[in-house]
Formats: sequence, structure tokens, C-alpha cells
Amino acid sequence: MSQSVMVYTEIRNGVIHPVSYELTSKAKELADKLGSEVSIVAFCDTLQEKPEVFFSYGADRVIIAKDHCFNLFNQEIHTKVLSAIILEEQPQIVLAPATTGGRTVMPAVAGTIHTGLTADCTGLDIEPDSGLLLQTRPAIGGNIMATIKTPHHQPQMATVRPKTFKIVQREASHGVIRPFAVSESMKQTSIEVLEWIPLDSGSVNIQDQDVIIAGGKGLKRKEGFELLKELAVLLQAGIGASRPTIEAKWMDYPHQVGLSGKVVSPKLYFAIGISGAVQHIAGMETSELIVSINKDPDASIFQVSDYAFCGDLYDIVPKMVEIFSERLSDGTDETGSEKHVQ
Amino acid sequence: MRIAVLIKQVPDTDDVKLDPQTGTMIREGSGTIINPLDLNAIEAAVQIKRMRSIPCHITVITMGPPNAQFALREALALGADQAILLTDRRFAGADSWATAKVLAESLKKTGEYDLIIAGEKATDGETGQVGPEVAAMLSIPCATYVTEISDNEEYVVVKRMVEDGFQRQRIHYPCLITVLSDLNRPGMPTLKGKMDSRRATLITLTADDLDIRSDELGLMGSPTKVVRVTTPQKTRETRRFSGHAIEKGIVELAETIKSSVLNR
Ligand SMILES: Cc1cc2nc3c(=O)[nH]c(=O)nc-3n(C[C@H](O)[C@H](O)[C@H](O)COP(=O)(O)OP(=O)(O)OC[C@H]3O[C@@H](n4cnc5c(N)ncnc54)[C@H](O)[C@@H]3O)c2cc1C
Ligand SMILES: Nc1ncnc2c1ncn2[C@@H]1O[C@H](COP(=O)(O)O)[C@@H](O)[C@H]1O
Repeated sequence: MSQSVMVYTEIRNGVIHPVSYELTSKAKELADKLGSEVSIVAFCDTLQEKPEVFFSYGADRVIIAKDHCFNLFNQEIHTKVLSAIILEEQPQIVLAPATTGGRTVMPAVAGTIHTGLTADCTGLDIEPDSGLLLQTRPAIGGNIMATIKTPHHQPQMATVRPKTFKIVQREASHGVIRPFAVSESMKQTSIEVLEWIPLDSGSVNIQDQDVIIAGGKGLKRKEGFELLKELAVLLQAGIGASRPTIEAKWMDYPHQVGLSGKVVSPKLYFAIGISGAVQHIAGMETSELIVSINKDPDASIFQVSDYAFCGDLYDIVPKMVEIFSERLSDGTDETGSEKHVQ
Repeated sequence: MRIAVLIKQVPDTDDVKLDPQTGTMIREGSGTIINPLDLNAIEAAVQIKRMRSIPCHITVITMGPPNAQFALREALALGADQAILLTDRRFAGADSWATAKVLAESLKKTGEYDLIIAGEKATDGETGQVGPEVAAMLSIPCATYVTEISDNEEYVVVKRMVEDGFQRQRIHYPCLITVLSDLNRPGMPTLKGKMDSRRATLITLTADDLDIRSDELGLMGSPTKVVRVTTPQKTRETRRFSGHAIEKGIVELAETIKSSVLNR
């Protein structure tokens, strides 16, 4: 069997999450440097796409375990099945998403099979002479970048946050599909999944959003978020929040951005009435474009912003709503009606 | 019932400021604290103990330098019954695997714990890997990202917060859970608790007390090795707008959004 770079994919409710394609694309790049294959591991009950879809992102093999035991996420079963596949296939490298699933299953696998694991990598490369995986990750709130190797253990494993790597689609190629049968003993579990409670309709996982409008204590009152929602509708954005607004019950915890909330990396992040404490910045500083509004000219948030608006948010946000609705609606009309004109 | 809480002493980043020129952290004068999520873990144990009809005993465990004893004493003041300090020069430089190894062996050595509670992640390493690794080494199930706990004689029911919702799971003891800050509000130590904890005797264990091969300890026993550390320079060019310039700034922002962000 030739050497391989393996990707543990994320499938939610039968739908392949984009991070799976991001990691497949990166795995292909690494495998090309090593002269290795890319193998995909997919666990699901049902699958809306065809597993062959991974071939067009560079996969050579798709190991698919389709079983009812994967209907609701059970970390114990995932850990057992993934560990078994790794022991069988002996990949050189395993990449996994740094989602709640990957960050639960991968350390359990690392503990089970005794190898290293680097969390939340932002860069992955192959060291030319040794062929080892170079894993770069931010440390101390992103103020230091550490490059890490796993020289003496196999496989070398890393988790990567969604949206870190680009999806690269290739000429449709072909590969091998290998169905994997989950044995009864792998399904033995002391965890019973009682209930799945999706987020309220209308509220979405902010980590999947391209645009996030986040509000802080500077909103002064719960209703301030209504103003932010106007902006959010215009930009098709999700709502983020600083911790004090969660504590004041202006917003629910799933919206909290920061060290003790979610880490997000959207294309565009608005920090409105947020001072920019290190604990908040740790959750959003890798956003592509950061816009902040604060009345304090010395607010720390300005130091990590591309656009810094100094003034009262209750003046500036309505002005943004007005200007954005004029300038952003033409051409990119959500209904798509404009597009048919040409 | 026996509960173990894994706590880590971390640098106090609460009043850390960013250097405006370099964008790096100004760390001077920062002391050490218990990792904030580990305070939620301690509080969870204390609440379980308070609610239970059967006797319940809480052990806090930390691996760290000798002065990590202060973190343990604080945990005793918050309601833990017993504290174990794992300290040895040979533990130094441990990555998450080697840390988990020491913790797992000490848990095997010191008792049959029904429930082990850890923070979801520590503010210094930020790996979030130690909890699930310890569980795997003990061959017990692990539930991560816990925001609610209700327990029973044989099992614990947890609510886990994941990307697109919540999951409720029932897990039989023994098991390990890692907790988020939404779980509870950490308590404050009582004056008496503080006084008592100052005089309390801690159990100290070294590598010699644990059943670990010397090549699995500390830096040498860590599968991952840091080969290089760099300080990224601040890359953002901040454009500031105030007063009358704000409107112009918003117009420019709209153009940027149109051309780059919403170009889908
Ligand atoms: C262990 C730990 C973990 C933490 N985790 C998190 C976390 O995950 N996420 C998080 O966000 N925080 C976290 N914090 C809290 C963090 O330290 C800050 O306290 C918090 O981020 C501040 O929130 P804020 O910016 O909304 O409020 P404030 O710091 O009070 O800032 C409000 C800002 O609004 C501005 N303002 C007021 N009125 C107006 C107006 N009319 N127009 C414009 N601007 C206005 C003010 O100038 C000020 O800058 C954590 C803290 C600790 C100790
Ligand atoms: N040295 C340590 N001693 C005791 N517990 C630890 C140690 N390091 C990590 N932990 C536990 O593991 C959790 C996650 O830490 P980490 O994996 O480093 O992010 C912490 O919140 C602690 O509960």
C-alpha cells in the first residue's frame, strides 16, 4: 500500500461540511510534495452528495463508513472507528477539522494510538529534507506563531479551523471508494445520545457566516441588537456578541465571540461598542476585514481594525444602514432579479 | 462518589494590554491564576457534592511547578477536599500528550474516580486536548463542551454545545467531561476556607511515584516538538474616520465590501 495523507471529514446531518473540501485540497498539496495518496474518511448515516465528489478535490480513495450508528454524533464510536481505520491504513499524516467534533475525536485518537496532535493549525507544509509535516499554529492569543513537528510518531496529526485553507477544485478525476463495515463491538458505547436540539430557526452558527456583526456593552441596552440586526439583514450576516452582553442576557451564549466563546474567522467582522479586550480579540482577529465603531479614540479594538470609526454608534450604524442599502443593493440584489437584466 | 478536577495554573492575562506598535502582548506584572474554565470545573464538582445524598469527595489535581500549590490551595478554599500536586523537573516541557499521560497515571494511582472534570481549554496552551487525551488513556468516555450537568447515581446527563445546536447525552460512570463557562458561575472562597487551605497538607507526587517510562516524560516524551517561534508583525493598516469624515469612510467601506467581500 502506498503512503497516504488522510482527512477525517465533517458531515453534519448528511451534508458534507465545506471544511472537508478545504482539508482535502490541502491534503492534495501535501501529498503531491510527498508523492503520496490522499485518502478520505467519511462517517455518515445518510449522505446527500455522492462520495465521489471528493475526487474532484484531489482524493484518491474514499473510505466510507455508512451506518445508522452515525445518525447522531457519538464521540466514542467515532473515536473507535477512526482509530481502527488509522491502525489499518497507517497514514503518514491525518488532518481533521478543528470543530467541536474534530477537537473531541482527534485528541481521543491521539491518546488511544499514542501520537502527537497539534491543535488549530493555520499553516501546514512539508519539510523538504525530512518529509515531516510542519505545523504552524498561533499561541498566546495569536501573538506568537509556533511551528511544530512530530518527528518520531506516526501518524503526524493536526486539526485546522474551518476557512483556514482554500478549496481547490480539480479536473474531475477518479479514485477508489472503499466501504468500511462498522463491527458490533465498535458500536458498543457507554454514551447514549438522548436529544439533539438545533439552534432556534433564524439563528445560525456564526462560525459558518461570511459576515458577522458583533455588539458589545457599548450598545447600552438589549434593544441595541435590533439596530445591529438591520445591518445584518443588509449584509446577510450573523450576530456576534461580547461576553458582558451575554452575561446581561441581551444575547444567547452561542453568539459569544472570544476566548470563552466561539472563535470566528469571517470575511468581514464588525465590532460595534466593543472595547477590544484581549479575550475578545482572541476570538476574531483572524477575520479578513475588521471594522470597528467606538466612541473612545483610544479603544484597543482600533489596533486590530482595518476601518476604525470613532464616534457614537447610535449615529454611525444608522448611517451605515442608509449608505449600504443604497450602494450594496444594486447588482448584488438577493433576489437575483438584477442579474437577469444583462 | 469520588470526583477529580484537573486544574492548571496559567498566566493572568486579564489586564494584559496590546503594544500598539508591535501588536504583541505586554505581559509584565502579570501573576498567575487558575485557568478560568477550571474554576467552572471546580464549581461543578462543588455543586454535585452539595446536591448529592451520598457522600461525595472532591480531589483537585495539577501538574506544574512547585508554586502551582497556590492554585491547589485556592481550589481547596473553594470546596475541594483533597489536593494533589504533580511536580518534577522531568515533567517540564510536556505537550498535551505527555501532560495527559502524567495526569492519567496519577488518576489511576490515587483512586477510583467516578467523574473527572476538566476545563474545555486552558488560556495559555489553548489546545483543548488534555481532557479527551486523559479519558482515552484511562479508556473511559469523554463528553466535551458541556454547558449543563445533571447527575444520578449511575450516570451523568450533559448538554454539549456544538456548532449548530446542543446535544444531550447520558454517560455512565466512570467518565470525563470538559466544561465551558456558561455551565455555572464560579463561587468565591469563604474566609474560613482560605484560612484552612493555607495550612492544608497537599499530596505531592513525582515521576518516581508514577508508572511511566522515562522516555514518555516531559519534553523528551512529547510526540510534538516546537521547532520555531516567530512573532508576526501587525499587518493591518488601520484607517481612522471621525467627525465629518465618517460618511466618506462608510462610502469607501461600502465599495470595499462590494468589490472584495460580497463578490460571490
Ligand atoms: C477568563 C476570561 C474570559 C473572557 N472571555 C471573553 C470572551 O470570550 N468574549 C468576550 O467578549 N469577552 C471575554 N472576557 C471579558 C473581557 O475581558 C472584556 O471584559 C469584554 O470583552 C468587554 O466587553 P465589551 O467590549 O462589550 O465591554 P466594555 O469593555 O465595557 O466596552 C464597551 C465599549 O463600548 C464603547 N462605547 C460605549 N458607548 C458607546 C457608544 N454610544 N458608541 C460607540 N461606542 C460606545 C466604549 O468606549 C467601550 O470601548 C473574558 C474575560 C476573562 C477574564
Ligand atoms: N498541567 C495540567 N495539570 C492539570 N490539568 C491540566 C493541565 N493542563 C491541562 N489541564 C486540564 O486540561 C484542560 C485543557 O487544557 P489544554 O488542553 O491545555 O487546553 C484544562 O482546563 C485543565 O482542566
